[in-house]
Amino acid sequence: MNSPSAVLTRRMAIYEQFHQISRWGDAFDRDDSPNTGSSAIVQVDVGNKAGYISCDQVEHSRSDQETNKPTDKIQRRLAQNREAARKCRIRKKAYVQELESSRLKLAQLEQELERARQQGIYISSASDSGYFGLSGAVNPGISAFEMEYGHWVEVQDKQVCELRNALQAHITDIELQILVETGLNHYCNLFRMKADAAKVDVFYLSSGLWRTSAERFFHWIGGFRPSELLHVVISHIEPLTDQQQLEVCHLRQSSQQAEDALSQGIEKLQHNLAQNVASDFSWGNYGAQMAVATDVLEAFEGFVNQADHLREQTLLQMVRVLTTHQAARALLALGEYLHRLRALSSLWASHPR
Amino acid sequence: MHCQTGSRGTYVPTSRTIAGDPLERIERLASENAVVIFSVSSCCMCHAIKRLFCGMGVNPTVYELDEDPRGKDMEKALMRLLGNSPAVPVVFIGGKLVGAMDRVMASHINGTLVPLLKQAGALWL
Repeated sequence: MNSPSAVLTRRMAIYEQFHQISRWGDAFDRDDSPNTGSSAIVQVDVGNKAGYISCDQVEHSRSDQETNKPTDKIQRRLAQNREAARKCRIRKKAYVQELESSRLKLAQLEQELERARQQGIYISSASDSGYFGLSGAVNPGISAFEMEYGHWVEVQDKQVCELRNALQAHITDIELQILVETGLNHYCNLFRMKADAAKVDVFYLSSGLWRTSAERFFHWIGGFRPSELLHVVISHIEPLTDQQQLEVCHLRQSSQQAEDALSQGIEKLQHNLAQNVASDFSWGNYGAQMAVATDVLEAFEGFVNQADHLREQTLLQMVRVLTTHQAARALLALGEYLHRLRALSSLWASHPR
Repeated sequence: MHCQTGSRGTYVPTSRTIAGDPLERIERLASENAVVIFSVSSCCMCHAIKRLFCGMGVNPTVYELDEDPRGKDMEKALMRLLGNSPAVPVVFIGGKLVGAMDRVMASHINGTLVPLLKQAGALWL
């Protein structure tokens, strides 16, 4: 028997619940019958299943109980819902706090990583191979190059030690010649690796990101300056015969001239590209843009390849001009020099300002 | 020393309009001067090779194939001659083919370029 007063009480109880959850004033206003009213309650999900009280239970209990009992049930249900909602809010707050602190930690890690990269630490990991390229995507060809280069450096350091020991031990010229040939071949391998990498991503190669910061400091079109080679080794290969003096002088001059020519070519390429990008005519439709992009890419690849070719030729000619013993000393000096540059990079990285 | 570079260089317009073999034309032009470079005005590697010779004090004769009515045919002929693309730059010294940029640089580094230039009369001690 639902007396009007009972209905009123129930409606008030239902309204209390709605008020707490602050939803669906409409549903309440529309309903006259407490049954449909309670079904509206059912649809309100506090997000806490433990505190959820099913409509069936409510109706069942209501049909069973007398009018004085339902009030208690309703009160109990309301209290349970309040408790559930409170617990839910606490859990949510804890979760959000956890998210916030994780976000801060992630930002910190990213900063550290960026700092380390800029300072030239060779970062590689099994999963991502350390290369994100200019497009932000991992390029397998470049990852392979980075791994190969890491291995190349290890072998290089070993060869430098071998040369040092050999020179101190005063081995025969023939044995020394073999070491010199091995050293030269090792450099030629590097140039071949670079040529393959240039086909994959020439801008990555020329940026020198795959090298340490001190090496990058001296970079010229993707590697060391050919003219620098002689400056580095000159004190280690003396004394020179008159003929050798002449040839070394010529090598110094010709490598410098070739270097300058390539530099001027690159400058012209930059100038042309700037003009094309700035011009509305050249940078017209997509087709025009693609033409500019392709032309410059091909031209730049050509220069990077010529620069490596020049490095190789300079190295080979230097060895040709020298005796076996002098050549060994030259290769030792060069390897030691590059090793020291890499060590310098580590110093810079471990002692930031 | 003033060096002829620029897009015009010493462009020699021929009045002969015989449909001659482009390779023959190349060889003829190459033999007319000590140092002959076939180039394209927009090509930056060509610019680099011109600067190389100028830096050595050589005055090369430059033919810009994109400004020659028969340039396209000559480019194709050069590509066939060199066996690869690009066709330019190509250098002839004393009428004989030296090659593209890599050959020129290699010969300069190994010391064979300068004697060749002296022999052709493009360089004086």
